[in-house]
Amino acid sequence: MAAADGGEVSAILRDLESLKASKSEIELRISALEARLQEINLQQPNGAVSNGSCAPLPSSVDSGYGHDLSPQMIYRYSRQLLLPSFGVQAQSKLLKSSILVVGAGGLGSPALLYLAACGVGHLGIIDHDVVELNNMHRQIIHTERFIGQPKVRSAAAACRSINSTIQVVEYQEPLRTSNALEIMSKYDIIVDATDNAPSRYMISDCCVVLGKPLVSGAALGFEGQLTVYNYNGGPCYRCLFPTPPPTTACQRCSDSGVLGVVPGIIGCLQALEAIKIAGEVGEPLSGRMLLLDSLSGRIRIVKIRGRSLQCVACGENTTFSKLQFREFDYENFTQSPLTPSPLKLNLLQADSRINTKEYKEKIDDGKAHVLIDVRPEHHFKIVSLPNSLNIPLPSLEARLPEISLALKENEENRGVNSELYVVCRRGNDSQRAVQSLHKLGFTSARDIIGGLEAWARDVDPNFPTY
Amino acid sequence: MQLTVEFGGGLELLCNSVKIHNVNVELQKAAEKLTMKDLLAWIRTNLIKERPEMFMKGDSVRPGVLALVNDCDWELTGQLDTTLEEKDVVVFISTLHGG
Ligand SMILES: [Zn+2]
Repeated sequence: MAAADGGEVSAILRDLESLKASKSEIELRISALEARLQEINLQQPNGAVSNGSCAPLPSSVDSGYGHDLSPQMIYRYSRQLLLPSFGVQAQSKLLKSSILVVGAGGLGSPALLYLAACGVGHLGIIDHDVVELNNMHRQIIHTERFIGQPKVRSAAAACRSINSTIQVVEYQEPLRTSNALEIMSKYDIIVDATDNAPSRYMISDCCVVLGKPLVSGAALGFEGQLTVYNYNGGPCYRCLFPTPPPTTACQRCSDSGVLGVVPGIIGCLQALEAIKIAGEVGEPLSGRMLLLDSLSGRIRIVKIRGRSLQCVACGENTTFSKLQFREFDYENFTQSPLTPSPLKLNLLQADSRINTKEYKEKIDDGKAHVLIDVRPEHHFKIVSLPNSLNIPLPSLEARLPEISLALKENEENRGVNSELYVVCRRGNDSQRAVQSLHKLGFTSARDIIGGLEAWARDVDPNFPTY
Repeated sequence: MQLTVEFGGGLELLCNSVKIHNVNVELQKAAEKLTMKDLLAWIRTNLIKERPEMFMKGDSVRPGVLALVNDCDWELTGQLDTTLEEKDVVVFISTLHGG
């Protein structure tokens, strides 16, 4: 009976796999056709046959009402046109504006949705990443059917399905000093929705060199920050942060966590600031910074310094040019990569390490051992290996007696020497822990290479990863 | 002198995860005023519980930390020389990069 069930399950899984494969192929064809159709429509406003001198955007057609909004546009954007301080004037400016959103993640998702919906005529999206399941809780522009596909394609498809009358341009590549000038120069306003320090310096410097306003947002944990740089004589990112922070101070969502709605709020505010700049309404958040502390329910708007005369990028006597920008090494400057991948330390000798398959053999052979898991307690609560003892790295030294006791009990029960292994999420902290343990006299301690992620990848595919 | 000192952007982790501290900072003998420089030294001794290098560099804050006195960037009020007054609110925020 059990065997029959197993056979049926694997047949269903096979079917699902092949159906999903054909489904994503069909979806790719659909989005390619939609993009093509949109291109054609944009070249032929109101469905008219192109006469050869095709207009780039429908907004260049005069409606005969003293503005260039078509009847469809009037209806689509009516609730914005009804705002006395926005009206036809700001809407027309929006339709003629071009905005580049760098990053289609937690910040970029809501920003892009609103910018597409409100009628930004020309919307660029740049991102090199693919959609993953652990993005979905915050990167709300993506849907499950795009998992494994490029974020730009997914985001562009969502923008087009909200508003098929705007032009959406996809850049499926990382932003680098080699392509930033060319790409960013095509846009009026840049939205920084990235997730790392070197990108933030690079985007700000490029905006200074090109003279573009920059709407900058960031979020982590339960907190968010927002400001507009390089606008109307205001400061740039470097005016505020001339020296990059130490890499240890740059936490990432994939390590420290983030509540999905928090980047959502900041991303919405980024869209708002971009709309204000493009529509020339209100007071953009330049020279001020919004600080959101979502857990305590507080928003603070603080006054920040103006443009610094000594700023390397935008200061009075600066010689910072396009050429220098192109040659500037942002990864070296910030000591962190532009497209962050998980850190991979290599602190230990080979004989102080064991890979997950070897560790599995130890378990299968019933080898007497103690396994210490040095992750924080809230990580340990998500998932852990059986019979592991959770001693978070910072408390390792204080809790040595527990390790000694566990080894001793093991040896008394089994009558053999007990081995000592250390594991963590990705295999970095476990190496740090083994280094300390060696110094503290536990010379036999070994770390499990690659941690629980390697365990899930190489030994137990059903072991949850996060 | 009664002050409110707040930490954000992860700096609170250096003070047992407490964000808001209502503190009473005694003026040094013969000193008539309290400056941000004095307050930073006081915070380092009295509030920071771990990794002080994540908060300070030399006698100032480390790169990437914004210091705000009554919601105003301390660059505009005199940085380390900013004079503090009774009931002032001093905020230290680490800049975020995530998204
Ligand atoms: Zn500057």
